[in-house]
Amino acid sequence: MLSKHGVFERHTWLLSIGVLIVVAIGGLVEIVPLFYLKSTIEKVEGMRPYTPLELVGRDIYIREGCYVCHSQMIRSLRDEVERYGHYSLAAESMYDHPFQWGSKRTGPDLARVGGKYSNDWHLAHMTDPRSVVPESIMPGYPWLSQRRLDASEMAEKLKTLAAVGVPYTEEMIANAASDLEAQASPESDGADAVVTRYPKAVIGNFDGKPDELTELDAMIAYLQMLGTLVDFTKFDAAGPNLR
Amino acid sequence: MAANENREELSAFSDALAVLGAGLGAVLGLYLTVYSNDPVMKFHGALLGGTSILGALYVLSSLTGKPGEPRDFYHDGPIKFAAIAAVFWGIAGFIVGDIIAWQMAFPWLNFDLPWTSFGRLRPLHTSAVIFAFGGNALLATSFYVVQRTTKARLFGRWSPWFVVVGYNLFIVIAGTGYILGVTQSKEYAEPEWYADLWLTVVWVAYLVVFAGTLMKRKEPHIYVANWFYLAFILTIAMLHIVNNLTLPVSFTGTKSYILFSGVQDAMTQWWYGHNAVGFFLTAGFLGMMYYFIPKRAERPVYSYRLSIVHFWSLIFLYIWAGPHHLHYTALPDWAQTLGATFSIMLWMPSWGGMINGLMTLSGAWDKLRTDPVIRMLVVSVAFYGMSTFEGPLMSLKAVNSLSHYTDWTIGHVHSGALGWVGMVSFGALYCLFPWLWKRRGLYSMRLVEWHFWLSTIGILFYITAMWVSGILQGLMWRAYDELGFLKYSFVETVDAMHIPYIIRAGGGLLFIIGALIMAYNLWRTARGDEPVDAENQPLVAAAPALREKLAAAE
Repeated sequence: MLSKHGVFERHTWLLSIGVLIVVAIGGLVEIVPLFYLKSTIEKVEGMRPYTPLELVGRDIYIREGCYVCHSQMIRSLRDEVERYGHYSLAAESMYDHPFQWGSKRTGPDLARVGGKYSNDWHLAHMTDPRSVVPESIMPGYPWLSQRRLDASEMAEKLKTLAAVGVPYTEEMIANAASDLEAQASPESDGADAVVTRYPKAVIGNFDGKPDELTELDAMIAYLQMLGTLVDFTKFDAAGPNLR
Repeated sequence: MAANENREELSAFSDALAVLGAGLGAVLGLYLTVYSNDPVMKFHGALLGGTSILGALYVLSSLTGKPGEPRDFYHDGPIKFAAIAAVFWGIAGFIVGDIIAWQMAFPWLNFDLPWTSFGRLRPLHTSAVIFAFGGNALLATSFYVVQRTTKARLFGRWSPWFVVVGYNLFIVIAGTGYILGVTQSKEYAEPEWYADLWLTVVWVAYLVVFAGTLMKRKEPHIYVANWFYLAFILTIAMLHIVNNLTLPVSFTGTKSYILFSGVQDAMTQWWYGHNAVGFFLTAGFLGMMYYFIPKRAERPVYSYRLSIVHFWSLIFLYIWAGPHHLHYTALPDWAQTLGATFSIMLWMPSWGGMINGLMTLSGAWDKLRTDPVIRMLVVSVAFYGMSTFEGPLMSLKAVNSLSHYTDWTIGHVHSGALGWVGMVSFGALYCLFPWLWKRRGLYSMRLVEWHFWLSTIGILFYITAMWVSGILQGLMWRAYDELGFLKYSFVETVDAMHIPYIIRAGGGLLFIIGALIMAYNLWRTARGDEPVDAENQPLVAAAPALREKLAAAE
């Protein structure tokens, strides 16, 4: 049979087509079913798109490369569930374009970090990590609280995400810029509207600077919502998953 | 006469096309520089515009050259460019890697500045070593090998130049982007949409040049090294395009959102990520192995049949292995099991290839002692065997539950990257420099010896430190005390890594010193300095054209 191999060695086209067929199979089998299997596309109650402030925080999380040291994927192993909380569901990252599961834990998993620490702790930790965790090897990010948030493309960002399948409504897109400000201004009129549009959104003056909207506001707002959307006291993996 | 006119017409046509293409690049680049509101996009537009203008000027200036000038049969200019770029980016990438290694031991080295923090430098390191160093080594060797094994000049007049210069422009755009905070966050696919589009254009040109050269070959059969290079080029094109499907927020801005999300995106990413290893760092470099080891050892490839089995089974099995990066995650179990199963099966073609490379030295084992370049090539294949044994082991779910998320993975990657990819590239570069610059040998074999031992010892420090820290941390995360509580807080496991991190960074430093010695040696070689130890160099170290004369002189 190997003597027949000569035909590939004499024709560039045949060799190329042969290679393409052989390398296409594995990916087709492993990727395509994920777009229609129930376990990978099911919705779980509580999941909602990110608020504008959380989304910008997530963009900063990506910009600074946080994912190179922090995972957001709790594996179904006893010690991980005890350390970090309920194992991560596929649905919990369904609005993540791209996913942030990570591949390395130089720092701890962040999939359920929301609500575990106060805003003040995050402010101190992001500015100087070793002021609150002396053994930490995390870089400090003092510039985040000194940079005003760039809100210029807020509606465009929501529209882009809507185009790739995130269910942002027209109302959410129309109010994107004002929601961004309102979530960090607890006293404002818009704050209630943010929670109505985005249930469980955390409202607060995250960075300790009441009259300035900084990148740190967005970053902390994002961290404070991670893993808080699904209510695991009601979740039943074997049941209808509260769809 | 008619053939001559035809050729002149063709080259005039190529010149016009090159100037036109460069003109388009200049217009697009300058448009982005002027009309974008995004400072990084302005900067990258200026880079594209500037490079295009320089390219156009270069093409135009070459038109005034004497038409009668004899040219070499082979087109080696772009190869020299890529070979020098590989050395340059290699050293840059190694240094950034060692800086971030020291940052993990001493976090104040992050300087609390955006441009020097670990999160931005780590992608700079991985892209610099994989795509800049590895990519340029692949461009240089593939263009060299395809010409010599087909007895044909590279296809295209300006296209080979476009490929090497365009590829390096991509590297600069990607790297400066990371430092300035532009990233998609997909590992090893961090460049944003516009850099991805540019790479796609360059890559198609690469395929056209490579396959075009194969098609005009004077040899009846396509040599085995070229099968691997071709599979590498085709598969990387497929992976790159699918994994980077994304929607930009605006066409004059850098930011985009990836088309897929969550579990689908994770699977696509690791289908890409693992095959960046399988096709970029393995298939491509196996092409290198299949040419440079037999050439340097002056022995035929051990087994032709094994080459065939090795080639098809390797490319078929590798593509399935991605899900082993996602064990115990929200990816369905069946996909995880498929990933692990194919990773185990992958062990066989990997070792088949290793055996084919090593056994090529049959009857020439004494050269391990006399020729440090051969030793480098052979040790690279040994590291290939070691990391392709470790990989399947780590893909088992039971082992992976311990190793995943820890430094064990980092150690594994570096035994492959430093040991296999690094060493085989160094070996190939030590062959290429005297051959391309038509020298009678390397400037100094003694310096190659130094490089060999410094890198080997550096790698050993690196991997053993990472085994210790990875397995230690994995065990600490899952340790329970006698009352059934988790024994260690997370930060205690971080604290325990300190000494291994220092040892790892020290190992990396040895590797860098070795690479600097190589750069010095290659620079002296290219400059044309007489070898200091010509009597210790095998005839094959000399450029092919000089060998006959040298042999006669002896």
